[in-house]
Amino acid sequence: MAAEMPATASPTLAGALFVPVRLAMGVVDAPLRALQKATGLTGMASFFLLPNMAIFSIFVLLPLVINFVYSMTGGTAIFLDGRSFVGGEQYQRLLTCASYLDPNSCVEDKFWIAVRNTGVFVVVQVPLLLVVALTTALVLNRDMRGRSFWRAVFFFPVLLSPVVTGLIWRWILQRQGLLNLLLFETAGADPHTWLTDRFWAFVAAVGVSIWAHVGFYALILLAGLQAIPRDIYEAAEMDGTRPARVFWRITLPLLMPNLLVVLVLALIRSVQVFDEVYVLTGGGPGTSTLYMIQYIFETGFASQLRNPGLAAAASILMGVVLVVLTLMQLAASRSSEKRGKR
Amino acid sequence: MATVSAFLLRRRGGAGWHWTDVVTWVWLIGGVILMFGPAVWLTLSSFKTPAALAEFPPSLLPYVTQQVMVEGHDKPLPLFTVTLPDGSTKALAEVRRIGLVAQMIDPADPKTIVKVDIAKRAPLQKIAFAASNYTEPFIHFDFLRYLWNSVFVTTMATLITLVVNSMAAFALSKYQFRGQSMIMMLILATLMVPLGVIMVPLYSIISALGLVNNLWGVILPTVATPTGVFLLRQYMLTIPDELIDAARMDKASEWQIYWRIVLPLAAPALAVLGIFSVVWRWNDFLWPLIALSRKELYTLQVGLNIYSGELNVQWHFILAMTVVTMIPVVLVFVFLQRFITAGIAGTGLK
Repeated sequence: MAAEMPATASPTLAGALFVPVRLAMGVVDAPLRALQKATGLTGMASFFLLPNMAIFSIFVLLPLVINFVYSMTGGTAIFLDGRSFVGGEQYQRLLTCASYLDPNSCVEDKFWIAVRNTGVFVVVQVPLLLVVALTTALVLNRDMRGRSFWRAVFFFPVLLSPVVTGLIWRWILQRQGLLNLLLFETAGADPHTWLTDRFWAFVAAVGVSIWAHVGFYALILLAGLQAIPRDIYEAAEMDGTRPARVFWRITLPLLMPNLLVVLVLALIRSVQVFDEVYVLTGGGPGTSTLYMIQYIFETGFASQLRNPGLAAAASILMGVVLVVLTLMQLAASRSSEKRGKR
Repeated sequence: MATVSAFLLRRRGGAGWHWTDVVTWVWLIGGVILMFGPAVWLTLSSFKTPAALAEFPPSLLPYVTQQVMVEGHDKPLPLFTVTLPDGSTKALAEVRRIGLVAQMIDPADPKTIVKVDIAKRAPLQKIAFAASNYTEPFIHFDFLRYLWNSVFVTTMATLITLVVNSMAAFALSKYQFRGQSMIMMLILATLMVPLGVIMVPLYSIISALGLVNNLWGVILPTVATPTGVFLLRQYMLTIPDELIDAARMDKASEWQIYWRIVLPLAAPALAVLGIFSVVWRWNDFLWPLIALSRKELYTLQVGLNIYSGELNVQWHFILAMTVVTMIPVVLVFVFLQRFITAGIAGTGLK
C-alpha cells in the first residue's frame, strides 16, 4: 500500500513547510535525551506513543465504553453522576412496537421512522451509487488524453463541505432555482418547490448524496481497474471477443473484490447519512428525510425533551449494525488484498 | 480549431465510432456540467441583488435594471425599453404604475408623461456584480469571526494531527515492544467508529473537561485519527531500519532520529495527511454544531447553516458566504487534485 504513495510530492517543498515545526522540535531535544538515558529505547517508544494514545483514549475509547453505561441511565442530566440507573428500559422503549412494520404503533415512533427512512435510503442509494461509480470508473479507465483532468472533475464535489453541498442544492431546487429554470425553458413547466414535496425531497436526498460521494468510490474502483493486467485484455482482443463479453467475463469478475469493498464502504457511509441531507431538507418535509444520525442528534442534544440515555441506546443499536458491516468490510478487503498479491 | 476537434474526436483504435466512445464523451461532458455546474451557478447567483434573486425565471448572469436620475424626482427611476405605437423603440423611465398602464417619461423631456401598456415594455438591464453581498457580511455579521474560528480550528487540528500521529506511527513502525500489536489492533478496530455512535458520551466528556463552547473542544476529539496513524505507519515501514541504526551509531538521540530522519523521509505521506486534515477539519459540521452553542464561537459551517435556517433567509448574503467557504477547498482542488486523487486511489483515504 505504502509503496504506491505518489511520488509527486516534492520532499523539499514539503520539508520547507515544516521548517518552523522542526525548529521547535530541536529545542526539546536536550530534555528528551535525558529521558532516553533514563528509560532506554522501549521507554522512548512509549513516549512517542503517549500523546496520541492519551487523546485517543479520552476522546474515542472512553466514549465508546461509557456509551454503554449511558444507554442504561435515564433523565436529562449530562453527567453520569446526575443520572439514574434504569437498566434496559431505554432499549425496551426503543424496541417496543405493536407492529414493526408501522412506526406509528411504536412507543418511540420517531426512532422507527428514522430506521425505516434510513433503510429505504440505503436500499435505494447504494445500488445507484455503485452503478454510477462503476460507469464513471470504466469511462475514466479508457485510453484518452487529459485523464487526470477528467478524473479530478468527478472528484470535485467530494472535497466540498456537506454544508456547502446542501446549500448549493437547496439553491438549485428552490422555486427560483436552476432546475425550475431548465424545466421552464425546455418544457414551459410551472415552477415547483421540490424540497417541500415528500417524494421529491427523498429523491433529492438520494441524488445529492450520490453527487457528493460518487467521485470517491469511482476513484477506488478505478484503482482496481488499473490493477487488472493488460495482457488479459490483449488476449481477449486477439480472440475477437466483443466488448460486452469482455466486461462481463473479464472486468467484472476481476473487479469483484474491489466492488465488494466499495459496496460495504458505501453501506457503512449510507447508514450514517446526515449532514448534507440535514442542511438540504432539515429532515423534512415532516419526517420524510429524518435519518438515524439526525434522530440521535436531536434526541441527545437538540429537542426540548432531551434524553441522552435514549440517544445513547439508539446509537448502540446503530453501532451494532455498523460493526457487522465493518466485519464484512474487513473480510472483503482481505480477499481483495489476496487478489493484489497473486 | 482543427487540433481541438481532432483531440476531442480521437477514438480508440482509430476505426469507426463505437457506441462506447459516444457513452464516454456523453458521460465526461455531462460530468463536467453536473459536477461543476451547481457550484458555478451558486457563484454567479452570489453576485445578484436580492431583487434579481427573487425573479422567476432567473437569469443566468447577474443583471440589474438600469436606473436614471431625472430632474424633479428624488429617487433614481428604472429604465425600460418601450415599443411605441409607431413600432419604434425608445428608452423611457417609469414614474409609477397603475394597473396595466405605466406612466413613463423620457429622461430628456421630463415634463411629458407617456402612458404605456406594461406588456409593451421590457426592463433595460445590464450585467452588474453586487459586490456588497460580499462586503456587507464582513461588517454586519459575525462572518469574520466565523472565518477566524474556522481557520484556527483547521490550522491547530492539522498541526497537532501531524505531530501526534507521526510520533505514534514512528513508535509503531520502528520499535519492537510489548503490546505493540494490541495497540495496532485497537487503532484498526476504531477506524470505523463514527462520530454518530459516540457523540452523546463524547459531549459529556468535553463538558466534564470544561471544553464545551471552547474551540479546543472542537479540535481535540478529531486529532488522534486512526486513519492518520495507519497511513503514516504504512509509509514509515518502507523507510529502511539501517538508516536508523546508522544514526544511532552516530549518537543521534531517538527524538533526533524522529524529526531529522523519519519525518523528512515521510514528507509525502505527511503532505497527503496534512491536505486531508485541512479539508476534513474545514468541512466538519456535526461535531462543531454539538460542541459550540455560543454564536461568537461558531465555525463557518455552523454559522452558515444557522443563518440559512433562519426565517428571514437573506439568500444574497448566504450565497456569498457559501462561496467564501468554498474557496480553500477549490484552491486545494485546483493546485493539488492530481496529488490527492493519487493518494485516495492508493490508500482509500477519505
